Amino acid sequence: MYPHTHHELNKPILDVQNVTVRYDGRAALEEITFHLHAGERIAVVGPNGAGKSTMFKVVSGVLQPSAGEVTIFGSQPHRHVCIAYIPQRSQVDWNFPVSVADVVMMGRSAKLGLLNWPRKKDWEYVWHALEIVELSDLAERQIGQLSGGQQQRMFIARALAQEAELILMDEPLSGLDTPSQEGLLNMLDALQNQTVTVMVATHDLDQAARHFDRIMLLNRRIIAFDVPQNVLHTDHLLQAYGGRLKVDSGGTILVDDCCPPD
Amino acid sequence: MSFFLEPLQYEFIQRGMVAAILVGILCAVVGTYVVLRGMAFFGDALAHTILPGIALGYLLTGGAREPLFWWALGTAIVAALGIGAISKNSEIKEDTAIGVIFAGMFALGIALISTVRSYAVDLSHFLFGDVLSVSPGSLWLIVIFGSLVLLVVFALYKEFLTLSFDPILATTLRLPVGLLNNLLLSLIAVTVAVSLQTVGVALMVAMLVTPAATASLLTRRLSRMMLLAALIASLSGIIGLYVSYYLSIASGAAIVLTATLFFLLVFLWKKLKGR
Repeated sequence: MYPHTHHELNKPILDVQNVTVRYDGRAALEEITFHLHAGERIAVVGPNGAGKSTMFKVVSGVLQPSAGEVTIFGSQPHRHVCIAYIPQRSQVDWNFPVSVADVVMMGRSAKLGLLNWPRKKDWEYVWHALEIVELSDLAERQIGQLSGGQQQRMFIARALAQEAELILMDEPLSGLDTPSQEGLLNMLDALQNQTVTVMVATHDLDQAARHFDRIMLLNRRIIAFDVPQNVLHTDHLLQAYGGRLKVDSGGTILVDDCCPPD
Repeated sequence: MSFFLEPLQYEFIQRGMVAAILVGILCAVVGTYVVLRGMAFFGDALAHTILPGIALGYLLTGGAREPLFWWALGTAIVAALGIGAISKNSEIKEDTAIGVIFAGMFALGIALISTVRSYAVDLSHFLFGDVLSVSPGSLWLIVIFGSLVLLVVFALYKEFLTLSFDPILATTLRLPVGLLNNLLLSLIAVTVAVSLQTVGVALMVAMLVTPAATASLLTRRLSRMMLLAALIASLSGIIGLYVSYYLSIASGAAIVLTATLFFLLVFLWKKLKGR
């Protein structure tokens, strides 16, 4: 019942060719083309409405593009179970009657197969994932009792239990205090050793530059996609943010784009 | 002691008691998903929408009760999948579409039943149920279809849990999301058909929602919520029937009132404890 698509390892983990997405005739993404190498950490930055969430939905196979093609290790995403999409925290029902361990176990659903109950091996995956994100002590807590940073780490654990190779995180840093943000970013650094490829949508250009291999600057089209020092130029940022960007006399760049609407 | 035993000397009360307990458990377990997914209005609409189906069966079979179960079952499944399909249509808001269909179908049901001269008595039977008139045959239908629904809920526990908590995760894990959604709607439909004789069309939503909502105030785990809801619902069934016997109140109303009282007590207790 469940697909387990063969990975052609000579193909890139993610290859996006000429992808366009239209909602009611309005283009949310236009002519997006790029590819990722296994183990890369990518920050996706751009103003609100730039199409970051839309791109993640297309890449994960939740949304069909209006044109163009997405391939994961050489085949279309809708048969792969190796992609984890971590939702924005505001889109989760934190009162749902599940524990942290329950949520992480959900990541095993695909590998378990229909009708099967978790076996010892699956619980080992769950405990190991919780250990990596340092949530073992809170495994039995109801999810609403976690802090914002812990909630994000729980979803990373779920992605690890899923044995995901491509993790897409939608605004994981929004609403977290600085220590929690740094803790989460350090955790992503640690994941790199497991050759997990990570794409993170974020608003923080400074953190994007410090913690990620490449930055994708997006505003419906890809404006720049390269190592941080080649992307964070005033002219690129002006193209992406337009009037929301202010450059003061010292060359410091201010982006007036702090809070995504809920 | 004789207070408790006296009503049970009647066979029809014994059957009613068993039916009330079984239906309570079934509605509570399925109702847990109704509550968690915010489908209370859907459940209410579904129950009302099957009235024309029952009415048609009633007119064609000349008022016999048992065949009506099959009419109810058929209509409920068609209505559930129909409402499910409508809600995917984005031109009209989901609750508006359900409201339009549900009121229209309900009116059609009343119109059909009103063509019979003695319709008032029968209509009230469909609207409010009468657990004390459950025949041995009907009880078997409750047992068989109730177990079937519970078996599916148990077997697909992890799938329904994942789908209800995070539909996008279910999609990226390539679970058969459309199939599971329609299956859940069908399970609710079967539950409504099975429960019809106990509480009737009008009070159905209370059986689906009230015990599960009460349990959700008491526990933070899905499995415990189901067990607790089932316990509350069967207690409501038992207590409700005694109340109905001794105070001569309509049985469906007595059961629902008991469940509501449980909810209010737990709600107040939580409020007082929280201060």
